[in-house]
Amino acid sequence: MNKLQAIYRKDRHISRLVIMIVAWMIFMAITRFSKFYTVINFTTMASQFPEFGIMALGGMLCMITGGIDLSSVGVANVTSITMGMFMKTQMVEGSISAFTMIAAFAMAICIGLVVGAINGVLISMIKIPPILTTLGMNQLVTGISMVITGGNAVSDLPMNYAETINQKLIKVIPGKRGVMQGVLPVQLIFFVVIALIIWFLLARTSFGKKIYMIGTNENVARFSGVKVDRMLIKTYAISGICAAIGGMIMLANYNSARSDYGSVYTLQCILIVVLGGVDPKGGRGKISGVLLAIILLRLLETGLNRFPQISSYYINLIYGAVLLLVMVLNYFVEHPITKRKAA
Amino acid sequence: MNLKKSLRKLTGRSEFYITLVFLALCLLIEVRSHQFFTPNNIVDILSALVVPGIFAIGEFMVIVSGGFDVSFPALASLTGYATTKMLLDMGWEGGVWLPILITIVIGGILGAFNGLFIGYFELPAMIVTLGSSSVFKGLMQGALNSKQLAVIPQGMRSFGTSALFIAENKTSGLTSRMPTTFLMLVAVLIVTYFLLNKTMFGRGIYAIGGNATSAHRAGFNVKRTRFLMLVYVGVISALAGLCRVSMMQQMHPTNMLGMEMNIIAGVVLGGTAIVGGSGTLYGCMLGTALIVMVENSMILIGIPTVWKDFFVGALIVVGTGISAMQVTRANKAGLRNLKKEAVK
Amino acid sequence: MSEYLLRAVDISKSFGAVKALQNVTLEIKPGEVHCLAGENGCGKSTIIKVICGVHKPDGGHIEFDGKSYSEITPLEAINMGVQVIYQDFSIFPNLTVMENLAFNTELAAGHKLVNKRRMRQIAKEALSKINFDMELDRLVGSLTVAEKQMVAICRALMFNAKLIIMDEPTTALTKKEVKALFEIILKLKAQGIAILFVSHKLDEVFEISERFSIMRSGQMVATGNTADLDDKKFSYYMTGREFESEPFKPSFESKENVLEVKNLTLDGSFEDISFSLRRGEILGITGLLDSGRTELALSMFGLRKATGGEIVKDGKPVKIASPRDAIAAGIGFVPEDRLSEGLFLTQSIADNIIISEIDHLSNGVGVLKRKECKDEVDKWVKELAIKTPDPQNACTTLSGGNQQRIVLAKWLACKPDVLILNGPTVGVDIGSKHDIHAILQRLADQGMAVIIISDDLPEVLENCSKMLVMKKGRIVAQLEPAATDETTVLSHMM
Repeated sequence: MNKLQAIYRKDRHISRLVIMIVAWMIFMAITRFSKFYTVINFTTMASQFPEFGIMALGGMLCMITGGIDLSSVGVANVTSITMGMFMKTQMVEGSISAFTMIAAFAMAICIGLVVGAINGVLISMIKIPPILTTLGMNQLVTGISMVITGGNAVSDLPMNYAETINQKLIKVIPGKRGVMQGVLPVQLIFFVVIALIIWFLLARTSFGKKIYMIGTNENVARFSGVKVDRMLIKTYAISGICAAIGGMIMLANYNSARSDYGSVYTLQCILIVVLGGVDPKGGRGKISGVLLAIILLRLLETGLNRFPQISSYYINLIYGAVLLLVMVLNYFVEHPITKRKAA
Repeated sequence: MNLKKSLRKLTGRSEFYITLVFLALCLLIEVRSHQFFTPNNIVDILSALVVPGIFAIGEFMVIVSGGFDVSFPALASLTGYATTKMLLDMGWEGGVWLPILITIVIGGILGAFNGLFIGYFELPAMIVTLGSSSVFKGLMQGALNSKQLAVIPQGMRSFGTSALFIAENKTSGLTSRMPTTFLMLVAVLIVTYFLLNKTMFGRGIYAIGGNATSAHRAGFNVKRTRFLMLVYVGVISALAGLCRVSMMQQMHPTNMLGMEMNIIAGVVLGGTAIVGGSGTLYGCMLGTALIVMVENSMILIGIPTVWKDFFVGALIVVGTGISAMQVTRANKAGLRNLKKEAVK
Repeated sequence: MSEYLLRAVDISKSFGAVKALQNVTLEIKPGEVHCLAGENGCGKSTIIKVICGVHKPDGGHIEFDGKSYSEITPLEAINMGVQVIYQDFSIFPNLTVMENLAFNTELAAGHKLVNKRRMRQIAKEALSKINFDMELDRLVGSLTVAEKQMVAICRALMFNAKLIIMDEPTTALTKKEVKALFEIILKLKAQGIAILFVSHKLDEVFEISERFSIMRSGQMVATGNTADLDDKKFSYYMTGREFESEPFKPSFESKENVLEVKNLTLDGSFEDISFSLRRGEILGITGLLDSGRTELALSMFGLRKATGGEIVKDGKPVKIASPRDAIAAGIGFVPEDRLSEGLFLTQSIADNIIISEIDHLSNGVGVLKRKECKDEVDKWVKELAIKTPDPQNACTTLSGGNQQRIVLAKWLACKPDVLILNGPTVGVDIGSKHDIHAILQRLADQGMAVIIISDDLPEVLENCSKMLVMKKGRIVAQLEPAATDETTVLSHMM
């Protein structure tokens, strides 16, 4: 028992998220076991969260530095639109070569990098507050998307692009007409790889240490010889790349691209990051918390869908309620009743 | 000397620059189109300013107190939907006073919800409103099962369509109606001005934005002030929602969602300090008007509407960039002057 | 009528398991200037909070003007005439002088509406209490520190104060401003107002106060007339230890200059600064707050780029445009303000120690060598005797002295040839101050060149092998610390 308590106390926030996930899993097991606990259901979930999950991971880095990235969705859309247009020019009989696809990926990452780096320059050198910089940048790149598409969707994309990203590997589940279905979505591989890279950056490299320090106190970081400007530019560039990869996956999922796709993700990503225990003032937060928050929200949404009588729109209500609940719990833990009376 | 001093005071304020930019843009549009300073165009812009203007006033107060509100579009949508639906179900045929009353009550309750978390639990406003906007959306779309309402009660319809006066462009013959809802903006503006500048409650909002601990020590009831402010912001946001529904002649549940970012941009563009504590209603309205103008008048200078987002984005980045550089320069100059005085 | 204005008798207060105050008795006579001294964490601020009603005591009682209370509320304290001027002054930088002065009175009177004319009246009255003149429409944020303090004092006077508590009021003031503050204090004293002056600066205690009280770890260890106090007793009461201080004599022999500064200039801050330094020497640079000493330090470390002159390191000219350049050239810098410049308070002790040399503790692509990081942290925690059970704890868990050691460790870990310290013992308790001095002398004896920038003259005189005095951005005197005294140095500074 003491051991359990010790584990719980080590990081209360993460423990609380784990408890919520377990509680929800148990609830689903009791009420909708046969509909929820299927391999296909979990495979589907695993293919759904990467597109915004990856954006949230990038946003997490920015929030650790004490900033915020509101431009992710704009970057994702401008990336998917340019990629879509580029692939269409290279399309032969409805498909593209592997080389073209790799070129398109490279192009996407470059776009994310450039936009992110511009964010970083504006924030660190011109000293525009991050919230405004990225807000304006979001508007700006969305504007560019509007201009190049005229507000229309880019569709009729090469089929094999979406097929590549949407396929599920390890075909072990018997599907219709004897065709085996896979359990491992390619999107998930993208997500896991990026999550590992970001975990490694944060926990094992000097870059990670430095951005935590910048988030704690930028001035002290400057006095300690940390090249703050360069670090911020790198951070926002990474966030831009994450957004671009999110855009690549969105392009495959929708099989089209438009300037206003995924606009709900902006606030959703911040919600995830904050729910994951990242301090919006910077300097504190772990990737494990953010991963748990992503998983929790996905489980909640999918679980809710198993109750056809409940409108799927309730998911918003639940997102918000979970966030507020966690914050209020944190408040009561940080200000126990006795202490509050004294103060 | 005195003139020089007041001139320096003037140029030190960001409202001064935003006024210049505003006038420059007006002139640019006028020169390119010769249609800016026509009665109907001005009335059009004022009419487009009603809803964003009221929203901006609410956001302005929250930013001055040191936070951000991203929940007002969801709050306004939920209130607007609930009010319209309730009145339709009642078969209300009377005037607009009842919708306004219901809107104020619901808006106040939802604002109190925000206020409870922000004021009494002392949680950061941005996170709370992020959560509450999700909750409001969920309530509207889930619990109330919102769908587009193509008809709205008679009272609201006439409130939205009636005109104070009609402005006519003599050369083109085009006319524009000045909507009655504009009075709502004026009323909210006057009440808010009074609250912020003439009551201790309003000065308390500035004081809290300057330094919350000091405000507490000085004797302001910080928790209650924040709570009441958010109730008020809830009420005026809800009223903006009502204007929107009335002016559009239909209730579209998701129509207002996503407005929060441009409103924040407008308020900050108008010189409101992002860390709280300073800013004026004048600057706030000017910044919002600037964004509304860019959104509405592009067509007058022959720029296709697809460029709208691009220009608004560029305006935010360039506008805030200039004021950020201004601040850095002022700090450096201030330091240097101080040094010079010290050396003397 | 009792002899005392305020008696806080046998006050005890615990926070959880921590006994912050144990049977503390503090007595203040009407119209006296009373000094309350003690190291950080000794319970000074807790007793103040009990007196002004913020904390309720667990035991004991408070007598004010002969009446006894077992506990008081903040409002009662104000009505009794107790006013606190906090270190941050509790002012609103975004509002005008008038509003800052009038808010408390207006709120206490329960006014709901703003009446500019009445507020102006109140503000004028407040300023007139100490014959102070100030433009009422200026924003408080644009005032100097001393002016802000005056605003806070005037505001406190509005409540017919009988006792004004000033929490370390001189921390951010220049010598001249301290003088002005002391004049005001004497003026208030003449009006019969008692002042409780919290400070741990010995010279201030002697200069201004008639009586003193010294606290240590939650207990009152001494109280009496300042006339009976000397600096030996003072530091003994403060720390419970006796210190032997001997002037520093360099023992490390070196012929070559490790650092030469030639005609270094930063427009508007300092001009034409030249000096040289050998290994094993400790150079003291002193001057008033506005002498340019801090800017000189910032320039040598690349935080303010010098506009003229050059810095020569080991015989080679080096370009120092950023802290990284300075670190690469072997120059370390311990900044003045620990909280805003030196320390990541909420981060771990370990991360604070390694942050500046982190690039050397990671491989080419920036992956940390974790074993080496840990060894490095353990080494410095041991070397500088940082008292902590676990270096992964946050710095907030440590006392001021230990925090200052972390800042020191951070720079020593970079193995600098030249270590610049700006106010190395500001806000550090006496015990740690001695320890830090001992560390600096040891470092010099091991072959490091040390520059101490400080206006704490005993510190400079005792620890330096040579010293420079700066005034208005120029070097005005080069002195032998062993052959000079404070009066001589002061005459050059002023």
